[in-house]
Amino acid sequence: MRRLAFIVPVIVFLGIAAVLAVGLGRDPKILPSMLIGKPLPTFNLPDVRAGTGGRGLASADFHGKPGLINVFASWCVSCRIEHPFLMRLKAEGVSIHGLNWKDKGDAGARWLTRFGDPYDRVGYDPTGRTGINLGVTGAPETFVIDSKGVVRYRYVGPITPEVWATTLKPLLDKLEAEA
Amino acid sequence: MKRLLALVLALTVVAGPALAVLPEEQLKDPVLEARARHLSKELRCVVCQNQTIDDSDAPLAADLRAILRERLVAGDSDKQAKAYLVQRYGDFVLLKPPINPATLFLWFGPALLLLGGGFGVWRYWRGRSVAAPAPLDPEEQARLKALLSETS
Repeated sequence: MRRLAFIVPVIVFLGIAAVLAVGLGRDPKILPSMLIGKPLPTFNLPDVRAGTGGRGLASADFHGKPGLINVFASWCVSCRIEHPFLMRLKAEGVSIHGLNWKDKGDAGARWLTRFGDPYDRVGYDPTGRTGINLGVTGAPETFVIDSKGVVRYRYVGPITPEVWATTLKPLLDKLEAEA
Repeated sequence: MKRLLALVLALTVVAGPALAVLPEEQLKDPVLEARARHLSKELRCVVCQNQTIDDSDAPLAADLRAILRERLVAGDSDKQAKAYLVQRYGDFVLLKPPINPATLFLWFGPALLLLGGGFGVWRYWRGRSVAAPAPLDPEEQARLKALLSETS
């Protein structure tokens, strides 16, 4: 009984300490996505780039093979940081679709002309509603969609070579194998 | 000078904090607008996370305020309008988290800890009173008497 009176508080303390220690390692700015395991919300957006026939990005495009949606905007500083790596991925033959989120007019198109266009298809979402339906909290964010149009992963922040090599690429390869 | 000071002080009393909600965002129907204001005080801005969407100047918070008003105009109940945002951003957008299995410890943990601690303290004090010293036997009483007579 004496021992129990000693052990119980220690166990309770260690339990709370463990929970708090895990919490310390997490970034509270990153909200978990509500869409994981759910189909993409329906959208059909025009292209922000001129001369592409107006065919932008639609949720129906994500059928048959896995795909990436990268949320970007001309006002987004982190997108500039991420951009060179996206260009590198494009050069390696990776298909990335863009969602030009909450940009005014052709600001997104001009941004792509100026810095380079790493995207396959680009959807223009000036009102931000498609982004909000996706649960976007900021740019850049990247969604991994499987061949059935189901959202499998969401990455918040600029994609770095490490994130690509350790998380996104392996997941895409796995989804590719499933398809 | 004193008058000026009094005026300034009086003005600071009536001055409210600057509002994030812009006049053009507001609904014409005062009842709906009041509901929207009330609801937006319970919803967290997902950009500046310790502000409500009512307080926040973030563009995304303005979008969420607009969506909230659209839902109310479309005839949603307060609950449905909140659920619309929870569906997209999770329980995180609710400043008051709902009671569900994941939040049970959050809601009842402190009370449990208090009860547990209280029980521990109660046990401790009870244990002490049970272990009250046994009365002195005749030999000890004799020694006590001797010691007392020594000092006096």
